[in-house]
Amino acid sequence: MDLKDKLVSSFMALENMLDVDTAVHDVRSEAIKTFEDKGFPSKRDEAWKYTSLNTLLKHDYSVFPKQENAVEYRDVKKYFIHDIDSYKIVFIDGKYSSHLSQTTHDGMDVCLMSAALSKPKYRLMIENYFNKAAGKDGLSSLNTAFSQEGAYIHIPKNKVVEKPIQIIHFSTGTESALMLQPRNLIVVDENSHVQIIERHQSLTDNQVLTNSVTEIFTNKRAIVDYYKIQNDRSTASLIDNTFIRQNRESLASVHTFSFGGQLTRNNLNFYQEGERIDSTLKGITIIGDKQHVDHNTLVHHQEPNCESHQDYKGIFGDKATGVFNGKVVVDKIAQKTNAFQANNNILLSDKASVNTKPQLEIFADDVKCSHGCTIGQLDESAMFYMRSRGIPEKEAKALLMFAFSNNVLDSVKIPEIKQRITKIIAMKLGVNIGFDL
Amino acid sequence: MLKIKDLHASVEDKAILRGINLEVKPGEVHAIMGPNGSGKSTLASVVAGKEEYEVEQGEIILNGENIDELAAEERAHKGVFLSFQYPVEIPGVSVTNFMKTAINESRKAQGLDDMPANEMLKMIREKAELLEIDRKFLSRSLNEGFSGGEKKRNEIFQMAMLEPKLAILDETDSGLDIDALRIVANGVNKLKSEDNAVIVITHYQRLLDYIVPDYVHVLYEGRIVKSGTKELAHELEEKGYDWIKEEANA
Repeated sequence: MDLKDKLVSSFMALENMLDVDTAVHDVRSEAIKTFEDKGFPSKRDEAWKYTSLNTLLKHDYSVFPKQENAVEYRDVKKYFIHDIDSYKIVFIDGKYSSHLSQTTHDGMDVCLMSAALSKPKYRLMIENYFNKAAGKDGLSSLNTAFSQEGAYIHIPKNKVVEKPIQIIHFSTGTESALMLQPRNLIVVDENSHVQIIERHQSLTDNQVLTNSVTEIFTNKRAIVDYYKIQNDRSTASLIDNTFIRQNRESLASVHTFSFGGQLTRNNLNFYQEGERIDSTLKGITIIGDKQHVDHNTLVHHQEPNCESHQDYKGIFGDKATGVFNGKVVVDKIAQKTNAFQANNNILLSDKASVNTKPQLEIFADDVKCSHGCTIGQLDESAMFYMRSRGIPEKEAKALLMFAFSNNVLDSVKIPEIKQRITKIIAMKLGVNIGFDL
Repeated sequence: MLKIKDLHASVEDKAILRGINLEVKPGEVHAIMGPNGSGKSTLASVVAGKEEYEVEQGEIILNGENIDELAAEERAHKGVFLSFQYPVEIPGVSVTNFMKTAINESRKAQGLDDMPANEMLKMIREKAELLEIDRKFLSRSLNEGFSGGEKKRNEIFQMAMLEPKLAILDETDSGLDIDALRIVANGVNKLKSEDNAVIVITHYQRLLDYIVPDYVHVLYEGRIVKSGTKELAHELEEKGYDWIKEEANA
């Protein structure tokens, strides 16, 4: 039985077991039909031309993890941004881990999707927001059908959340191969501000495939800063589907740091549904071996006077492959749009490759839209310059790469994240210099 | 200090240096002059260890040690410094951090710990003052958007920080107005001692009014065709290079 058939047939069993609202049940039943119809994407789909899931889909994934594995904080501390006070929503093999988490209901909800999907007090929120941003593609629909756990965050209006929220999904080795479908819903009301850090981390070398969906709603003048840290083991793959619907004057930024994993696909979608919205999409990718990272972004400008800023940097070594496909749509009504997109790549080896594809669909006539992509090698004259000053080759390379990715790091608002990313990069490059660029 | 023996070097199979012999002793200043394309910058790059150049014959000996096979950074650790004719812009790396990294890497190579931060800051402040460099300048990205004069001053600032044994100044005077020239020359003169040596590569005699050479060599078609004292530089300024070419081709 192939994976698709297995998933479809598992759905009924799951549905009978779950305690959810009728309305939610209907959404899920609809979603499994969509998945059954569309299935997994293949290279025939334009958006998946350079990323193949074939190898990943051959594994016999367990869809329902059997038992919960105990994980001690001291063993996984390093995967948290632990030097700051934060809320934590932690999952182990898809199940909530209360002892690793720190949630709250004090003036806001930082808690669990399972609670939101089943408890009456959340019914209205779920009706208004659940699956109201997510796409109707095969993978998102699969997640919708199977969604039972994840983070549920609701920040009511006029609230600045004083500490960041970390959402961490751990997977352990109890199953030989595991498929996870985490589902996050984040609603930020008028004038509120929240910072969120998301990470998926496998703790063993068993095969893991995560198909995650995150829906984010930023209401009037809300600010959301989202950081995705992707530095997983080489046996873990991630398909991240994130959908952000922005209301007027809201600011949303997503920074994606991709350093690890076997295959990582980021489907990041912004929908601007009011005036004077600002959307920021930035990323640093540094990979080697046979790793693959694909950034597939969409910014849909649907109203006038909005901005979007995209800046993705990629460094690819060994036989690593990268993809950047950045789509910007400017509707006819969306005059005075200012859309900026840049994708710069460095190839460190002859066998590394990257495919970059800007895709602009502009129907308004009074807009500023720019895009630029580059693929190059490390600047040899800069290398000699630095080495002639006594900086060894490896360190000089690292310094150049830091400098290359610096303007993405620059816009990270949490200093501890910046430090952590800097450290991860230094480790990846095998250098031990405290660059404070 | 430096002994170059019968040095032949080429780039992409094109011979550029065709038998250079040169000896520089501690405390000396040597000027290397010559028409465009005579191989001056190549000589500087080959001594500093640029890998694009193929050394086909001869030896470069620094303080008794053959440095032919050493990487550029290893030569730097042994005290070789090259002030670039065209300093490279490195966006995203500040002057201060670049210097910190360079100094601490040199110290690491010598088995020393990192220089304490306060000591580093003090040194940066002193040397910046020597070159009349504004402190704000130090937090800017290395050479990015610097004027020609700022780039050259920054080169000599780096030289001051690294305290090399052998400094090669490749066309440091090009792109400098007279004030900047004076500042740069003054910096070089203050750094000069009995223990180090300077090779000044230049087209014009102008810089040599400020940095006075003990010896002047004329490079033509990859060979030193004439050597003399500072008077030779004056002669070249007056008569140009044609007579040298004629003599060499005769």
